[in-house]
Amino acid sequence: MRGLWELTWLETKIFLREPLGAIGTFIPVAVFVLLGRSLPRVSATSALPGDGVLSPGGVPVLVSMLIAISAVLSLVTIISIYREGGILKRLRATPLRPPTILTAHVLVKLLLTAFTMALMILAGKRYFTTDAHVPLFSFALALLLSAWSILSLGFVIASIVPTARFAQPVGALVLYPMIGLSGIFVPLAQLPPALRALARVLPLTYVVNLLEGIWRNEGWLAHLGDVGALVVTFVVCIAISSRVFRWE
Amino acid sequence: MSPPAIRVSGIRKTYGSLVAVHDVSLEVRDGEIFGLIGPNGAGKTTTMECVEGIRTPDSGTISVLGLDPFRDVYQLQERIGVQLQQAQLQKRIKVWEAVQLWASLYRKQPKIGEQLLEQLGLVEKRDAWFMTLSGGQKQRLFIALALINDPEVVFLDELTTGLDPQARRAIWELVRGIRERGKTVFLTTHLMEEAEKLCDRVAIIEYGRIIDVGSPAELVDRHVPERSVVLVTDDEHAGDQLANVARASSMTRDGSRYTLHGSGEQFVSSVIECLSESRIHVKDFRTVLPSLEDVFLKLTGHSIRD
Ligand SMILES: Nc1ncnc2c1ncn2[C@@H]1O[C@H](COP(=O)(O)OP(=O)(O)O)[C@@H](O)[C@H]1O
Ligand SMILES: [Mg+2]
Repeated sequence: MRGLWELTWLETKIFLREPLGAIGTFIPVAVFVLLGRSLPRVSATSALPGDGVLSPGGVPVLVSMLIAISAVLSLVTIISIYREGGILKRLRATPLRPPTILTAHVLVKLLLTAFTMALMILAGKRYFTTDAHVPLFSFALALLLSAWSILSLGFVIASIVPTARFAQPVGALVLYPMIGLSGIFVPLAQLPPALRALARVLPLTYVVNLLEGIWRNEGWLAHLGDVGALVVTFVVCIAISSRVFRWE
Repeated sequence: MSPPAIRVSGIRKTYGSLVAVHDVSLEVRDGEIFGLIGPNGAGKTTTMECVEGIRTPDSGTISVLGLDPFRDVYQLQERIGVQLQQAQLQKRIKVWEAVQLWASLYRKQPKIGEQLLEQLGLVEKRDAWFMTLSGGQKQRLFIALALINDPEVVFLDELTTGLDPQARRAIWELVRGIRERGKTVFLTTHLMEEAEKLCDRVAIIEYGRIIDVGSPAELVDRHVPERSVVLVTDDEHAGDQLANVARASSMTRDGSRYTLHGSGEQFVSSVIECLSESRIHVKDFRTVLPSLEDVFLKLTGHSIRD
């Protein structure tokens, strides 16, 4: 994996030079803060008063998931742009091993997700009283695991989408509807059976389950199934994309 | 003689039903500038990228520096330098960052980055983003990246396409410099002038097949031996005297301007001899030699630009 750190560091710098790079990283945090401000101080472990739309711990889970999804969309876009511009091919014509190139991009996204998370946690401390003890470290870990798993889904999308212009919209079309079925707005039990079956094979369902559970202090042991599902998602997606990924 | 730097035998490459390379065999000698020339779509890039190990031919064998580009690709990439046709870098990567990244990728951790930037006239552009560079500057950066590991063989695919004549000449000078340092250069171009001025030997490729190989002068001699002499004189007897030049196949006259056609290396000197023996005073004298362009026309029946 020679060159991995050099490439990861460089890609991070390059990403932050993008007009939307740095700003995009802060948008979810800003949304979170505004949301926090507009609501009366609430306990993060109980449902938001007055709406009852989101499940307990819903706001932080939703925002975290949005952070992870925006990281995935940005990965899909960057990979397609790099492919279209011949950048991937140019990097491949060096002693860099192909997995190193892709790992660097995943690392950049994980780093940025972790950074955004940290900002959000700081903001969260300010605007959401956490009367129960929320295991922030575990939550961050769960989010990174989730991001890592959906990043692999992002690779499948990046492998299939033919041009950079379609990468972002196709990625969004695949990922955002998944949120609707993830159980964060409507509990799975209340979904019609067909949709429920569909929800069970979507990775975001397990992301939500895991994040909510960890937020409510249920501990990892209670969520080994979710962790397993995310690992399976990762393995399956990487297996698919290693077959269909195109470098040019 | 040392073994050839590159040996390609009978490679074939198809994309679906399209046969991009039918059957290509060639040898690139150690230390020469070798050009693969042909029109767009002839299969130059495909051939070159098979040799670089970026694509895999359907059949045939390739050896570069004694290595198999498919099996030994990582070993090979340490020893070659590559410039790809139509490659880009990250829009917002800085020149020095690209050079530094590339240097970090090779096992021997080369230290010649700064020196290359200087040689290639990119020092003022060190901190510029890739997207802000001109076409010529981008190509010079790509040359720097291709040379960063002090490679034994350098591959240059359509290096000067899209550049203005001045930038093109500067790049030719750089390529000659690479050869001076004892390296082998394998390049492709669809510009006949470039091939003629730069290459020690060329292979002409069309529809995925090599039509002929040789030095530009050899190819011209072999395929278009015809030469012409154009001279201007007021001497009344010139026409009669010049008609005696045995090697001339035909002569036309337009006022005081005579054009003689002939063939072979002796033709031009036989015209000069005739002029000096007959003491004919000439105001202008030009020889018109065929070029690779004419070779191409002769071999394929059409111009390379069609
Ligand atoms: N990746 C590819 N997929 C499909 N067809 C290709 C691909 N690369 C090249 N071709 C086709 O193969 C032929 C030869 O292309 P190429 O090797 O790029 O020629 P050249 O470099 O001489 O212009 C062309 O008809 C081109 O359209
Ligand atoms: Mg080409």
